[in-house]
Amino acid sequence: MVKEIERAGIPVVHICTVVPISLTVGANRIVPAVAIPHPLGNPDLGKEDEKALRKQLVLRSLKSLETEVQDQTVFDK
Amino acid sequence: MIKVVHYINQFYGGIGGEEKADVKPEVREGVVGPGMALKGALGKDAEIVATIICGDSYFNENIEEATEEILKMVKSYEPDLFIAGPAFNAGRYGVACGTICKAVKDNLNIPVVSGMYPENPGADMFKKDIYIVETANSATGMRKAIPVMAKLALKLAKKEEIGPPAEEGYIARGVRKNIFREERGSKRAVDMLVAKLKGEPFVTEYPMPDFDKVAPNPPVLDMKNAKIALVTSGGIVPKGNPDRIEASSASKYGKYDIEGVMDLTQETHETAHGGYDPVYANEDPDRVLPVDVLRELEQEGVIGELHRYFYSTVGNGTSVANSKKYASAIAKELVADGVQAVILTST
Repeated sequence: MVKEIERAGIPVVHICTVVPISLTVGANRIVPAVAIPHPLGNPDLGKEDEKALRKQLVLRSLKSLETEVQDQTVFDK
Repeated sequence: MIKVVHYINQFYGGIGGEEKADVKPEVREGVVGPGMALKGALGKDAEIVATIICGDSYFNENIEEATEEILKMVKSYEPDLFIAGPAFNAGRYGVACGTICKAVKDNLNIPVVSGMYPENPGADMFKKDIYIVETANSATGMRKAIPVMAKLALKLAKKEEIGPPAEEGYIARGVRKNIFREERGSKRAVDMLVAKLKGEPFVTEYPMPDFDKVAPNPPVLDMKNAKIALVTSGGIVPKGNPDRIEASSASKYGKYDIEGVMDLTQETHETAHGGYDPVYANEDPDRVLPVDVLRELEQEGVIGELHRYFYSTVGNGTSVANSKKYASAIAKELVADGVQAVILTST
């Protein structure tokens, strides 16, 4: 799916837990997520902390979309 | 006697479904689940001494640790042969089988065999490293897959010569072998061309590799005024799943209006995905589709706006061809709607 969206000319970031799969399917901007059943959350945290974690991942995703990349890039920081 | 260790996931190990996908590796003496059929197919020359079972999510979320733990378990049995799966089209299971097979082969230097549907991401990742028998896309193909895997595994263990992919039933590894043919190349090429012109079947001697890479698009320059859209393969849908998107092998995608929606809750949305434990996503769908924080970022002026619609499908056993079809239709609409960037989330 990421590849088809990229092909249409829209920059796309893939937030996913299993980074090797994302690399195989051809995503160019990748942000590693928390866990498979809750990529953007962590039920062990309190509601506020969990939301802060989610915001951090989304901000990192936006940053990746603002970054020029030549090849597949994993944004893990 | 050839000593065999078999690897399977928590489902085939009888531990449980997605709610148990986070179990750590454990080892059991003898055969478990599909090991029974495998034992029959391997016959008298081989014995499955142990079965290692690991949850698919645990493996994929902890690839390095899990590989190390499992490698230790395999090593302790000093096997002559290692077999993993078959994983059919289960993505996480395929990645686990491929990863552990490669680790066993590299570290213990024994033959390894797995089985997967060619679209399994694990097949693409590991087909060059290991022998992966081509299977059907679901467990209904078990009966066909097991004998082929067993035969190939025995041949490898006995150091017999392995024939080409089509003959042995494994996925091509990209290995080229020099052979002598009776007719010279020019004649074979012309024969092929003539067959093609007549509409007769022919087999190419050099299939073109599939290099379908899409180069990254230039970045978003003005995020403060950009329109961002959310797309997911994690199956988030309005409560009740109005379009009845299937839990696996989705035959469609959904487009859902989130105008004025500040937060996805268990009252408004849920997941239709059948390939992961739905408890967390149903409790708070923002854990898969982060509408709540994107609304905040919209208000803070970090992004211009969150696109009015999100798109969702279920990426569970859904064919590559269908995924492509859905995404290209979605992309066309996003372009027409002036969306400048997409956040795609997967589970």
